[in-house]
Amino acid sequence: MQKSFAMAALLAASCGAQAASDADLAAIRAQIDDMKKTYEQRIAALEQKLVQAESQAKSEKSASAPVPAESRQSVASANAFNPEVSLILQGQFRHARNIPGRGITGFVPGGQGFNTRGFSVDETELVLAANVDPYWRGQAIVAMVDGQANIEEAWFQSLAIGQGVGLKVGRYRSSIGYLNEQHPHMWDFTDAPLMYQAMFGEDASYVQDGVQLKWLAPTSLFVEFGTEVGRGANFPGTDRNNNGTGGGALYVHVGDDVGVSHSWRAGASWLKTRASERSGDFVDIGGATAQGSFAGDSTTWLADFVWKWAPNGNSAHRNFKFQSEYFVREEKGGLTCVGACVDSSYQTNQSGWYAQGVYQFTPQWRAGLRYEQLDSGRRDFGANAANLMVDSYRPKKASAMVDYSWSEFSRLRLQVAQDKSMFGITDNQLTLQYVMSLGAHGAHKF
Amino acid sequence: MKHFIFACFFGLTVGTAQADLKVFATVPEWGALAQEIGGGKVKVYTATTAFQDPHRIEARPSLLAQARQANLVVAAGADLEIGWLPLVLRDSGNSAIQPGQPGYFAAANFVNRLEVPTTLDRAHGDVHAAGNPHTHLDPRNVLKVGAALTARMVELDAVNGAAYQAGYQAFAGKWQTAMARWQKEAAPLKGVPVLVHHASFVYLTNWLGIKEVGALEPKPGIEPTSGHLTDLLARQQSAPAKMVLRAAYQQDGPSLWIAGKTGLPAVLLPYTVGGTPEAKDLFGLFDDTVQRLLKGLR
Repeated sequence: MQKSFAMAALLAASCGAQAASDADLAAIRAQIDDMKKTYEQRIAALEQKLVQAESQAKSEKSASAPVPAESRQSVASANAFNPEVSLILQGQFRHARNIPGRGITGFVPGGQGFNTRGFSVDETELVLAANVDPYWRGQAIVAMVDGQANIEEAWFQSLAIGQGVGLKVGRYRSSIGYLNEQHPHMWDFTDAPLMYQAMFGEDASYVQDGVQLKWLAPTSLFVEFGTEVGRGANFPGTDRNNNGTGGGALYVHVGDDVGVSHSWRAGASWLKTRASERSGDFVDIGGATAQGSFAGDSTTWLADFVWKWAPNGNSAHRNFKFQSEYFVREEKGGLTCVGACVDSSYQTNQSGWYAQGVYQFTPQWRAGLRYEQLDSGRRDFGANAANLMVDSYRPKKASAMVDYSWSEFSRLRLQVAQDKSMFGITDNQLTLQYVMSLGAHGAHKF
Repeated sequence: MKHFIFACFFGLTVGTAQADLKVFATVPEWGALAQEIGGGKVKVYTATTAFQDPHRIEARPSLLAQARQANLVVAAGADLEIGWLPLVLRDSGNSAIQPGQPGYFAAANFVNRLEVPTTLDRAHGDVHAAGNPHTHLDPRNVLKVGAALTARMVELDAVNGAAYQAGYQAFAGKWQTAMARWQKEAAPLKGVPVLVHHASFVYLTNWLGIKEVGALEPKPGIEPTSGHLTDLLARQQSAPAKMVLRAAYQQDGPSLWIAGKTGLPAVLLPYTVGGTPEAKDLFGLFDDTVQRLLKGLR
C-alpha cells in the first residue's frame, strides 16, 4: 500500500518536470549551481578548520605532554608543620687563675666576668625557626643555664617585601660589626674577643629589642645598608622605661669575590645608646671602692673585615679565614658618685682591636691564632679628677686554638691563652671545649 | 648599507635588552640546562663550580648580590644546599625567589628520588630527608627537569615563551639521540661492581645498571677513615669491585690509596659540567663520564 503510493508520487513529479518550459529549466539549473557553489565554499571552510584544529592539537600535544608534575617533599602527618628545631650543647673544662670580680682594667664592667673553672656546662641553646606564612619567617633562640632560660633572640623577618628590603622585628643580635651576630657555638675560639666583652658586657654581643631595616643594592658588588632602632637596654645603654627609643644603629657592609678562591666582606657601623643610672665600681685615691653611676650618651664606631680563602672555592677540605675588627667608643655625660667622691662630668674615649686567623688544614682539623689589644684611652672625670683613680692601661691577650670535627655537627676544641687584661696579672688559661649541634641543619652566615 | 648597519645595531640593543630572565643556578648542571633552554634570552649565573662540594658552600656576599637580582633560582633541591641557600634567599631581599614562589625551582622535586631514608637519624651521617639529591647523573632525569624548567621559564617570561619551548624541543631531540648512543656504548658496564667515594653516583649507577658495592665514606658526609678503608680492602676478597669512582670535587687520597692496595683503577668522573676539560656542557658531561667508565673497565 505504501509502496504504490510512493510510486504514484514519483510519477507525478516526473510528469511535472517534463511539462516545464526551457526557461524554467534554466532557472532551476542556476539555482542548483548557486547551491553547489555555497556548499563547496562551506566544505572548503570546514576542511580548513579541520586542518587548523588538527595542527593545533598536534602542537599542543608536543609542547605539553612531557611536563612532569612537581612532587614536593611530603611528610605524612600534621607535625610536618612543626618548626625546625635544633639544640646546641656546649661545655668546657677550664684551667685559669681564680680572680673574683674579673674585669678589664681601665674599662667599665658590663656585667660579671667569667671566672668559672674546672668542668662546666655553657648555655644550652634551643633554636626554633619556621616560615610563619608566605610573608614572614620567625625564629626564637632560648639559652638555658642553671635555672634560667633567657630569650636570646625572638624575631620575625620579612620574606615578601622585595626590592632588596629586609625587615626584622623583635629581639635580635644587632648586625653591627662582624662577630656580633654570631652565637657562641659559631665562634672560632672558646671565648669572645676582649673588645666585645668591653663593648657589650658579659654576653659579648649587642642585642636589641626593636626594628631592623636593611637594603641590599641591586649591584654585582655586595653593598648592604642597615638601620636599627630599639629599646637600647643592652650595655653600654641601660633599660629605661620611657616612650621613644633608647638606642639606634647604622651600618654598611660591602663584599665580593676575588677570583674563585677568595672572598671578603668589610663593614662599618655606628651605634648610639643612652644610659641612666649605669652603676659601676670605681677606685678612689685611698684605694677604697666608690660606687659611681653614669648617665649620658655612648657612641661606638666599629670597623670589621673578613677575608676567606679556599683552593678553588672548595672550603670542605682546606680553607683559611682572617678576621679583624676595630672599635672606638666615646661616652659623654655625668657621674653620680657615692663614697669619697663628688658628682661630676664624665667623658671617655676608648678603643681596641683584635685580629685572628684560622686555618683548616684537613677536613677535620683546624688551628687558629688570635691577638687582641685594648686602649683605656682618655677618661676624664671632671671634678672627680682628684678623687678617683684613672687607670691608664693597655689590656692584651694572645690565644691559640686547635679543634677537631668528627662531622659538621660535632667539634672539640683546645685553646691556650695568655690573658693580660687586668693590670699586674698574667693569667695563663687552658680550655677544652665541645660544641654539639642536634637537629635541623641551620645555615650559617658568611 | 646604512639601513643594514642601523638594523644590526638596533637588533643588537634589542637583543641585549631581551636577555631578561636572570637565572641563579646553584649547581653547574642546572645552570647549563637553563642555558640550553633559554639560549640568548637568559642570563645564567652559576653559584658553584664542579670543584666545589655543593654541600659545603658558604653564603658569600657575592651570592647574596646575585640572588638579589635573579628572577629564577634553579636549585638541586632535596636539601643539597640546606647549609647556605636558605640564608642567601632570605637575606637577598628578593621576594620573587623565595621557596613557594614561581621564581624558586628545585630540580629534585620533578624526578623520582632514590635512597629516600625510612629513618632519619644523624647516626647514619648527613642523610637527606628527601632522598639522594644528586639527581642529574641519570640523563632521563635531565629531560624531566628540562621539561619542568621550560614550563617554569615560560610562566615567568611569557614574551619569550616560544623561544624557550623551541630551545627545549631542540635540546630534547638531541638529548634523546645522545641518550640512545650512551646506553649503547655503556652496555659493557652493566652489572660491573664499583666502589664510590660519596653517594653522589646513585642515579648514574642506577641508570647504567652498575653495581655499587661500597662507599669510601663510612657514612655520607663523614670523611673516609683508615679503619673503614681497611674494611673495604678486606671486603674486596669476598665481593671484589672493578673500579673506584670519585667526583672532581672530592679528594683523591682515599681512592688512590684503595687503588694502590688493590690495583683497581681509580676513576675520576666529572660529576657535573666543568669537572673535566671534556665536560664542557651537559652532552660533554655524559660523553666523558661514559668514556671514563669504559676506560676504567679495560
